[in-house]
Amino acid sequence: MTTLAQSVHLASVEAILAGGVFVTLMIGVFRGDRSLVPLTWVVVAIMALGGFYLGVVPAAGATGFGGLYIADGFSTFLKVLILGAAAVSAVLALPYLRQSATARFEYPVLLLLSALGMCMMVSANDLLSLYVGLELQSLAAYVLAAFHRNEAKSSEAGLKYFVLGALASGILLYGISLIYGFTGTTSFTALHAVVRGHGASDIGVLFGLVFILSGIAFKIAAVPFHMWTPDVYEGAPTPVAAFFASAPKAAAMGLLLRVAIDAFGGMTFDWRQIVTFVSIASMLLGAVGAIGQVNIKRLLAYSSINNVGFALIGLAAGTREGVTGVLFYLAVYLAMTLGSFLCVLQMRGIDGEPIETLASLSGLSRTRPWLAAGFAIFMFSLAGIPPLLGFWPKFAVFQAAMDAHLYVLAVVGVVASVIGAYYYLRVINSVYFADPAPTFAPADSRTNSALIVVAAVFCSPIGMLAITPLVAAAAHAAAALL
Amino acid sequence: MIAALAFYLFAGFVILGGALTILSRNPVHSVLWLILAFFNAAGLFVLLGAEFLAMILVIVYVGAVAVLFLFVVMMLDVDFAQLRAGFAKYLPFGIGLAVVLLAELLLILGGGSFGVSSPAVSHAPVIAGMTNTQALGSLIYTRYVYVFQAAGMVLLTAMIGAIVLTHRQRPGIRKQNIGMQNARTPAESTSKVQPASGEGVTL
Repeated sequence: MTTLAQSVHLASVEAILAGGVFVTLMIGVFRGDRSLVPLTWVVVAIMALGGFYLGVVPAAGATGFGGLYIADGFSTFLKVLILGAAAVSAVLALPYLRQSATARFEYPVLLLLSALGMCMMVSANDLLSLYVGLELQSLAAYVLAAFHRNEAKSSEAGLKYFVLGALASGILLYGISLIYGFTGTTSFTALHAVVRGHGASDIGVLFGLVFILSGIAFKIAAVPFHMWTPDVYEGAPTPVAAFFASAPKAAAMGLLLRVAIDAFGGMTFDWRQIVTFVSIASMLLGAVGAIGQVNIKRLLAYSSINNVGFALIGLAAGTREGVTGVLFYLAVYLAMTLGSFLCVLQMRGIDGEPIETLASLSGLSRTRPWLAAGFAIFMFSLAGIPPLLGFWPKFAVFQAAMDAHLYVLAVVGVVASVIGAYYYLRVINSVYFADPAPTFAPADSRTNSALIVVAAVFCSPIGMLAITPLVAAAAHAAAALL
Repeated sequence: MIAALAFYLFAGFVILGGALTILSRNPVHSVLWLILAFFNAAGLFVLLGAEFLAMILVIVYVGAVAVLFLFVVMMLDVDFAQLRAGFAKYLPFGIGLAVVLLAELLLILGGGSFGVSSPAVSHAPVIAGMTNTQALGSLIYTRYVYVFQAAGMVLLTAMIGAIVLTHRQRPGIRKQNIGMQNARTPAESTSKVQPASGEGVTL
């Protein structure tokens, strides 16, 4: 049994983020919207400080707050990804927000609140803390989606996301109540024991599991709970879409891994069927649905659905290699997707207004060769073309599926990635081989350009140098779970 | 005896309140009947020994939700005649729903088992010498302090969200500036004029 002080020490990251919310909120309230830029950097500093304090987590992992909270290698790995992606999302928004006259100081504060919710999600060791973490993350995300409240599209995205998200939360909560009713506990540790015993044959527990998986599948935008994704990504401001596609995906995927393997480890056979179906459906629909898109943000939305499907292959395997594959996949996916969205943010007309059509990318190689090279690297990497980094995590999850004798899943995965390659390559075709469209405005932010370069180098063959340490870290994290 | 009498009294008023909520023609009366139903339901909770739930019902439902209803009913121009117009159209659907609910109730009353098998499932222990408000409080602030604080952060997010999405600074409206008011002196805010007769004054 740990004391409250020990628990708070264990949860230093959350404590720092929560304290940071109040500090930044106060600064913002008294200094007004002109404090957006300094506040953004303060938020980044707070996230960095929180990341620094991840070092207090003992190597063997520990639980706190009476078993509601767990900090182990798995949560630490994911928190690094989450904080990194959230910090990048905060910084990349600055030029966009200034341009669009919605430069309000609440943007970084809401990102910080969302990051707090995500850290709580991956550290949840109880269905209660799972739910409040998820709600905190989602609520901040709903507001961010509607951040351009004067634009009909942004409001529509916020409303859609909110209504469907609330429905998903309701489904999740219903599942939680069923689980509590039929097992008498909400703690993952206790659930693991009950489910492994006799709960596995219990139809009520099975129903609860299905509802919980459906709720989480909505959060990671997996088919058949994906319909909100293209509309929300298209309507939300581009930096917000970049954020949605990155950190919350990693957090919800971490949550899914924890729930499936930790809490319901005794029902692997039952959830494997669901995860396999969701994975196959996401890969195929993500690949096919993207083909007809003319808006780059909708295309990236389908790409994220597609990628979630690939990551789920690792979970379906349910082995340590599979979990390592998922974590490795998430790390690389975050870099690729943030890089792609950074490039999309560069698509601005001469007057600075955002352009989102694929047609406007034609002949980019002649007007903006470096940006074109960035697009090429990220698209090749997302398609999983071998020398680029995007190939290796796909390879890792396919390998895990083969080792777990899930041959059909692996074959469908390969087929889906071939179909998916078509639309990624179509973007590159239009960038390099089509007649030039009107040129974009020149790059306006050194920070964003630097971030593109960093992401591009990471995704390029040079990034293969990072594979060994990254996989080692992911394997260490997976060992904490299995 | 007294308990049974109180139960039938409260239960009767809940049903009466519920029925009149949907039957009364004036929407404001409907809300008031609803409040009566809430109060009597709270009485039923007290009879069950769940005084915390009773308080919550009065504070949250009567104090907040019903008052909000009242505001909505009185301030928005809702055409209730038009709302009622669809009644006949949806009657079969409503009856179908009622039949399903009745069947479910009968299933439960018929002793149908949901197959609750886990030994972990048991009735919550009744702590001697402690009201359930005290018992809840002692748990919320100790064992569940983490989720309690997290719920506070969720509410903070909701508040920030509401302000971000709805608060607008309209130009051209006059606001009270107390500092400016206090700093005024008679010398700078009054002036002596000598208007000519029959020509009025310019301000």
